[in-house]
Amino acid sequence: MLNFWKKKPAETPPAAAPAAPAADPSPEAAAPPVPAEVPAAASAAEPVEAAPARRGWRERLAGSALGRGLGSLFQRNPRLDDDLLDELETTLITADVGVEASTALVENLRQRMHKREFADAAGLRNALREALVALLKPVQQPLDPSGHKPFVVLTVGINGVGKTTTIGKLARRWRDEGRNVLLAAGDTFRAAAVEQLKTWGERNAVPVISQGQDADAASVIFDALQAARSRGADVLVADTAGRLHTQGGLMDELGKIARVLKKLDPAAPHEVLMVIDGTTGQNAVNQLRQFRQIVGVTGLVVTKLDGTAKGGVVFALAREFGLPIRFVGLGETATDLRAFDAVAFVDGLLPAADHD
Amino acid sequence: MFESLSQRLSATVNRLRGRGRLTEENIREALREVRIALLEADVALPVVQALIQRVKVRAVGQDVMKSLSPGQALVKVVSDELTAVMGTANSELNLAVTPPAVVLMAGLQGAGKTTTVAKLARLLTERKKKKVMVVSCDVYRPAAIEQLRTLAEQVGVKFFPSEAGQDPVQIARDAIAAARREVVDVLLVDTAGRLHVDEAMMAEIKALHAAITPVETLFVVDSMTGQDAATTAKAFADALPLTGVVLTKTDGDARGGAALSVRYITGRPIKFLGAGEKTDALEPFHPDRLAQRILGMGDVLSLVEEVERKVDQEKAQKLAQKVMKGKRFDLEDMRDQLEQMNNMGGLAGLMDKLPGVSGLPDSVKSKVNDGEIKRMVAIIGSMTPRERRHPDLLNGSRRARVARGSGTQPADVNRLLKQYMQMEKMMSKLSKGGGKGLLRQMSGALKGMGGMGGMPPMR
Repeated sequence: MLNFWKKKPAETPPAAAPAAPAADPSPEAAAPPVPAEVPAAASAAEPVEAAPARRGWRERLAGSALGRGLGSLFQRNPRLDDDLLDELETTLITADVGVEASTALVENLRQRMHKREFADAAGLRNALREALVALLKPVQQPLDPSGHKPFVVLTVGINGVGKTTTIGKLARRWRDEGRNVLLAAGDTFRAAAVEQLKTWGERNAVPVISQGQDADAASVIFDALQAARSRGADVLVADTAGRLHTQGGLMDELGKIARVLKKLDPAAPHEVLMVIDGTTGQNAVNQLRQFRQIVGVTGLVVTKLDGTAKGGVVFALAREFGLPIRFVGLGETATDLRAFDAVAFVDGLLPAADHD
Repeated sequence: MFESLSQRLSATVNRLRGRGRLTEENIREALREVRIALLEADVALPVVQALIQRVKVRAVGQDVMKSLSPGQALVKVVSDELTAVMGTANSELNLAVTPPAVVLMAGLQGAGKTTTVAKLARLLTERKKKKVMVVSCDVYRPAAIEQLRTLAEQVGVKFFPSEAGQDPVQIARDAIAAARREVVDVLLVDTAGRLHVDEAMMAEIKALHAAITPVETLFVVDSMTGQDAATTAKAFADALPLTGVVLTKTDGDARGGAALSVRYITGRPIKFLGAGEKTDALEPFHPDRLAQRILGMGDVLSLVEEVERKVDQEKAQKLAQKVMKGKRFDLEDMRDQLEQMNNMGGLAGLMDKLPGVSGLPDSVKSKVNDGEIKRMVAIIGSMTPRERRHPDLLNGSRRARVARGSGTQPADVNRLLKQYMQMEKMMSKLSKGGGKGLLRQMSGALKGMGGMGGMPPMR
């Protein structure tokens, strides 16, 4: 992937489609790459579920602050000087990439620029693209729930990041892949959270194990794992109540859930999926640090990337923790969950050539 | 929430505070640090730039360079500007209309609108003795209406039922009619979370707003929001005539930059802070207290103000000129300085306002004794004018006389003279160094006197 950009920096994006990872398990990957050429795909919006992920990503991300900022920055074909780099740093910061990560990226470019590595601004742009992709590439690891049966996924995160919605989308995705999915309504604290998950279950014809409001979350999820075993389910996705990472007692409860699961299956949970709101700023770093310490987060989902915030904090997270980013949430319908693709992500933020 | 921003800023601020002389260069350096601190706290870049610009104009202008202590003056400028952004007083909900007073909530998904409705309902019921009804117009998210129903039960307020198939505007109209029938004081209208780029949904909430003409339209925003807070807030403020902001999840450890951004962009006051899981965790917001907390500087600001107000500028000016001309700093001058210190409430008064002093053990605090200053003034008062102008005259017998006259021991007189010599030495150095920094360093000398009277050093 990286070599591809190095050799042909001015290549237009459709050429990138064949280079997409063949191993991508997402249903979108099965679709032919041709629709990427359809120019009106944007207006078609949600119903066009068959559109390749790459296309959907770019459309949605192109309007982002980072995409806009960087796009216009290079459109003017500016001089290759320190001002350009300063502007670049500012733009990265505006996209929530974080002061430290932005500075590191830009300082690297600055050194290389002074060594006359770049012929023009386009060269610099591609170098930045490469650096961004290189940061995200290692964390682009799809989640494969085939390893265990049942494969237990515990979703965690702070309040209002979209855990329950993400579970609904995950259930749909895995059901569509022909897996036998079971959901556990482990958010027993928030009013009507159980109802919300049940609704998602009904929509996708996926059974939900619940005990109702104010039940013990660990016990609900324990029951669900037993049920998953006896029903021969392939995947069990457990919801938990949103909790701020600063609330010690509630964080301990998460630890308890993980411990209780281990009584039935020492390897469970096989995936601790932390959901992070894409509009979150630098606080996401603190959140992940705390959750990782308590429940050993093994994968991330970044939600709400269909707005103007583009989750630049992902770069800071990748830099500091290097945890796999499994999925991104790009909308409210059941199919708006995509496997994370580093190149597509960077493509949307900073297109490779001057076609815009 | 705001602690880490305040730690960051006060580190910068502390470095400045100690500086006797500020050049444009180190102001720029300091402002760069302030800028990074604000950015790391997720204050939106346009807001940071505007803030820094305003501080810079004032900093390199008259305000800072010419003040007694430029470091502190710069701190004051930063704080002034922060306070200006945050607003000054707490703004309450305006419910003084013919009931029912309708309050509309708006915001992104997951900001905490429904929870805030419940908390607000409880606050209005319990603290304001209002009769409250709540209604959900969120016909999209599964079980959103159910969530509000449950919460309404928990906090014991009326709930107007609605269903997922209904039109939000119609729900709201019906709810108002019901509220009127049941003589409710306040109707809280919850809405679906929506993205500001979703035109259909933004059109819907505009229609909703037009239909129910709420007296308060509150924008609910997650305090952990990053740079996007500015974009979102602007879009919502453009679409709706917002009257206030509710900042949620402030019990986390976010640095709260979103508060500054949203306040600045919308121009609307932050009215409440959501700070916990329970339905009673909603606090009225006091911006003035927050700005000080952000800078983490206790009451140093009022201290700076007090110094500026009470120091006799004329005398300070005179002394500066005198020393600059190479004339000697004498005991008269020293007495002036001591008296000015007394004017400011003495050492004990000053110490109360310094950050960190409250952490000192009592044994240390009790040693700070204003009697010491009075005694020193008395000793100087017992000298003849000639002795005050020419302290070299003070030989052993004169010292003994002065001690008797002021009711002190000769040792006290000796100590005073020793302190005088130190100050004098510093002053003569200054006059050689000459020029601009003089006034500022004078105040440094003033501070140095804090170490007098057998008091342990405070730094």
